[in-house]
Amino acid sequence: MKFGLVGRSGITAFLAFAFLSLPAQFRAQFTPVPAGSAFSIPEAQLLKPEALVQLLQTSSKDKPLILQVGSHMLFAQAHIPGSEYAGPGSQPAGIEQLQNRVNALSRKKLIVLYCGCCPWNHCPNLGPAFAKLREMSFTNVKVLYLANNFGADWADKGYPVEQGY
Amino acid sequence: MLLLYFCVGMSTAQAPVATTSLLHKEAPEFVRIDLQHRKLDLHAYRGKVVLLDFWATWCASCQLEMPRFVAWQTQYGPCGLQIIGISMDDDPDLARKLYKKMKLNYPVAMGDDKLGQLYGGVLGLPLAYLIDTKGRVQAQFRGEIDLNLIEERFKPLLRP
Repeated sequence: MKFGLVGRSGITAFLAFAFLSLPAQFRAQFTPVPAGSAFSIPEAQLLKPEALVQLLQTSSKDKPLILQVGSHMLFAQAHIPGSEYAGPGSQPAGIEQLQNRVNALSRKKLIVLYCGCCPWNHCPNLGPAFAKLREMSFTNVKVLYLANNFGADWADKGYPVEQGY
Repeated sequence: MLLLYFCVGMSTAQAPVATTSLLHKEAPEFVRIDLQHRKLDLHAYRGKVVLLDFWATWCASCQLEMPRFVAWQTQYGPCGLQIIGISMDDDPDLARKLYKKMKLNYPVAMGDDKLGQLYGGVLGLPLAYLIDTKGRVQAQFRGEIDLNLIEERFKPLLRP
């Protein structure tokens, strides 16, 4: 079956309209995963909030290095106690800041990355930050899985937070 | 008549449940200079229905919402709707670029951690507050929400 230019455009427009008419949560499921998306992080590397809370409560000397790789404005409002701001993973300057922070560390050091700027499927920061640490040969990197955002999946659940820069 | 239809229309969708400590309280006031270098005083919008939208350039979901907000401002502005954007970007230049690219037709000011904390902590985006004509918070919309639900929520507050 052949379609003219107008016919093809019409079908494309109709499909685009139909797609955009779907509720956001359904659209997200069918949206292609962009390179560097948080979806690119292997499931085995993900850490649930409750698991990180347990980890924070251990008195082990080998506490993880916890790095926030998202928005500094969000970090200033609330962040995981003891965590450090390491620059936005979506920006070259942020990746450089992350690299500088971890460069001198043992490649076996446990590092936990988190962001929580926006829903997991749209987070632009975690994928590139995780990829950078992998590229630097870090072997013990975990990523905190926050499905919606830091407020809903961490602060609102009563997990510890602190404010400041 | 057409304007009346656009302003009020038919309410069919269920309103989202808003759970926030700010609900039914006076919206925290603030004064900022917007991206157009004009004074943006929330109090000056008393008498209008305000949709206060926190966004950032790194928030893909926020950008998906913007064309609809622009359309709402055009369509419902004459009925008393005022959309106000607060960019939570660390870098104002990024916000300015997106403001121009998206042709936003409503004021946008830069936020900061203090403004975020005034609103109970902006700890994830998208986030929007619906503020009625008396300056009270009527709803909070967190995360990716069907925009039709937001529209159905503010329409009854507008003047016919």
